[in-house]
Amino acid sequence: MSTVYYLIQNMLPVAIPLLLVALGGMFSERSGIVNIALEGIMLFGAFFGALFVFFIQKSQIDPQVIILIGMVVAGFSGLIYSLLLSFAAVTMKANQTITGVSLNMLIPAAILLFSKMFFNSDGITTNMNFYIRKVPVLGDIPFIGEMFFQKTYLTVVLGLFFLVISVIVFYKTRFGLRLRACGEHPQAADSVGINVYFMRYAGVSISGILGGIGGFFYSVGVLDGNVNGHTGVAGFGFLALAVMIFGQWKPIRILLAALFFAFLRTLAYSVVLIPFLDNLGINQTYYKMLPYIATMVVLAFTSRKSRAPKAEGIPYDKALR
Amino acid sequence: MENYIVEMLNITKEFPGIIANDNITLNLKKGEVHALLGENGAGKSTLVSVLFGLYQAEKGEIKKNGKEVKINNPNDANDLGIGMVHQHFKLVEIFTVLENIILGVEPNTLGFLQKTDARKKVMELSGKYGLKINPDALIEEISIGMQQRAEILKMLYRENEILIFDEPTAVLTPQEIKELLKIMRDLAQEGKSVLFITHKLNEIIEVADRCTVLRKGKYIGTVDIKDTTKEELSRMMVGRDISFNIEKKLTEVKEVVLSVKNVTVPSKLHKNNAVKNISFDVRGGEIVCLAGIDGNGQTEFISALTGLEKVSSGTIILGGKDITKSSIRKRSVSGMSHIPEDRHKHGLILDYSLEENLVLQRYWQPEFQNKGFIRFHAVRNYAECLIKKYDVRSGQGPITMARSMSGGNQQKAIIAREIDKDHEVLVAVQPTRGLDVGAVEYIHKQLISRRDCGKGVLLVSLELDEVMNVSDRILVMYEGEIVGELDPKKTTVQELGLYMSGAKRNTVKEIDNAE
Ligand SMILES: Nc1ncnc2c1ncn2[C@@H]1O[C@H](COP(=O)(O)OP(=O)(O)OP(=O)(O)O)[C@@H](O)[C@H]1O
Ligand SMILES: [Mg+2]
Repeated sequence: MSTVYYLIQNMLPVAIPLLLVALGGMFSERSGIVNIALEGIMLFGAFFGALFVFFIQKSQIDPQVIILIGMVVAGFSGLIYSLLLSFAAVTMKANQTITGVSLNMLIPAAILLFSKMFFNSDGITTNMNFYIRKVPVLGDIPFIGEMFFQKTYLTVVLGLFFLVISVIVFYKTRFGLRLRACGEHPQAADSVGINVYFMRYAGVSISGILGGIGGFFYSVGVLDGNVNGHTGVAGFGFLALAVMIFGQWKPIRILLAALFFAFLRTLAYSVVLIPFLDNLGINQTYYKMLPYIATMVVLAFTSRKSRAPKAEGIPYDKALR
Repeated sequence: MENYIVEMLNITKEFPGIIANDNITLNLKKGEVHALLGENGAGKSTLVSVLFGLYQAEKGEIKKNGKEVKINNPNDANDLGIGMVHQHFKLVEIFTVLENIILGVEPNTLGFLQKTDARKKVMELSGKYGLKINPDALIEEISIGMQQRAEILKMLYRENEILIFDEPTAVLTPQEIKELLKIMRDLAQEGKSVLFITHKLNEIIEVADRCTVLRKGKYIGTVDIKDTTKEELSRMMVGRDISFNIEKKLTEVKEVVLSVKNVTVPSKLHKNNAVKNISFDVRGGEIVCLAGIDGNGQTEFISALTGLEKVSSGTIILGGKDITKSSIRKRSVSGMSHIPEDRHKHGLILDYSLEENLVLQRYWQPEFQNKGFIRFHAVRNYAECLIKKYDVRSGQGPITMARSMSGGNQQKAIIAREIDKDHEVLVAVQPTRGLDVGAVEYIHKQLISRRDCGKGVLLVSLELDEVMNVSDRILVMYEGEIVGELDPKKTTVQELGLYMSGAKRNTVKEIDNAE
């Protein structure tokens, strides 16, 4: 039983960044813009989040409050960075894949340069303890308490909160309906007076905010508040793309997909705790490939059935019929 | 001075290389059905797009109730009560009918959708005008007819009083067309004004009060339907007389060129087979018509015949060779030409130029390439020759993008490509859909000339007139089977209808199997 608790406690902080970033990708792609730049956006958000933590850590502010403010900082930086993508892809009608790739390549290099110049290291190392040993009251509930409210991070609750908001915005509001129309049939949206360019800017911007926050949450929940220019976010932005596709561009399925990948990763890091796997005597490093191999396998088998937003990747041009 | 609800005065709209609308005037009265007639590429869609705010005219003005208005986008049009059903529907496939109807004018409180009231209003309208729909069905799962009803409800929901229909009947079955025409009349009776584009003169005579005719971007005139005839309308439209009767001389039927034996094709939509064990022959020098109501297996059969899909059993023999399992290229080289049903999907590469599209079936022949390099001047010469021979009109000649060409000329380009290459049998699937009477006449002539040259022609058509007038032999398809073989000279439209609806059947003479 304790192994199960351990797996769940460790899985959630990993699942949450994947969830948020994949939800961001969903908003962008359902509005019609392919967002390969998620990895870069994540790292950008993580970097500014960590930078903020670095400067504020000496003050006496409560770590959980710092997470909340850091989240705003990271979300805002993600938004700014994503504007580069929207400007290129929506206004200038540039190729979305190439724009995304270049945005991804820019950030790790910029972080390395910055860190070398000002910190004489490869990244930003903070000294903050965000870990929550046990939530008062809730942590005492049998089973549930131990699974969800002990040895955890604030990011988990926040992440689930964002999921709920996303579902509501996506399916219950006028904004969501219009956004989805733009990713499927922008000409139809245009003909009923919806501003396709605006909706696409909005979709990419939301992905910037969620991507930035996801990056910061990754840095908090997985890297203990640090950021490194070499390892970056370990391909989590790309993994989030896989989660989004596996989740069929739908929020609840994306949650399940994020949990699936996070579970594999946690499993890979906890091999020694599970006697059966440990006894197999396979080097633990091999297990660490698990989430990435699973990505390839899962995508190879599900892509045939998957139905991407119809108009994604195609710059919208009023004049074409 | 009459009072018009909408006046479009001296409208001029240019596209690169072409003046689509040249000083056109169109006046619409309240409560009338006004038809807009013209050849393919005459500028009808462009003109109504200007009225709907999709394009801005370079010159001219638009008045509503006598006051000048500016329509810069569909929102402006909507505010003026102008709505439009487009030639290609503007519906989001993964949304429900209801969501599509309210899109853009969603009832909401603080941004949250409130669908209950909207649903009530939609169902009321649906009942009032006899527009049957299921509000919760996804667009991708419903018939074209219901999609069109959704489009009409979209306009009525917005309480538009000027309703534009751009070729609404091109995609409908005869039954659906009848219903639509009645709905248009009802709407006009209510005091709404209907602007209606069609190529079918019968529909204009049946439903319209007045008709405006355009030719090559110019205004020809507006006539009262009461004092005109089909012949006069078509003369105004193309500038010469059109014969509605097709002249065919008797020809010798030659040997079998295409033989289909016991072909069965699975369906993509359901578990049963779409085509069930059908057999027939096409001989040189005859036009065989595969008639039937849409959705009775014609599409699946043609896909299997042309190699787009696999058969599950049976054989197809072309000019003595078994091509059942051959690639599409092989079939083409062995003598099959194909004018596909969906010209945008299977007939043309819309973002290639006209000349590139014209050599699609031949670019690999030594004439057009040298060690893998295209011989561009040969391609250009060939394209120019075809354009001239088949009178394909476009803005910039060989270098025009296929996408910007009008429907009729896109079809002419496909026909030029398919007829000009060596072939034994020509498979033509609904070749005249959406085309003007001039183009229809032209295409029928081409089909008949193939027959007169001793080639076999397999024509798939949903239109009874075409079936009766063009073919030498009719095979009726019903629920994936051939339920009757008829001689157009000895049968009537009524009898044909009985076969098509499955009410009657005869056993096909099994000439082919006896051999
Ligand atoms: N967006 C565009 N860009 C360039 N040329 C265009 C465009 N739209 C239309 N044209 C050209 O303008 C002319 C008029 O086209 P339009 O679509 O109005 O014809 P139409 O009368 O509706 O024909 P059809 O009966 O085939 O629908 C055609 O020659 C067409 O090639
Ligand atoms: Mg048109």
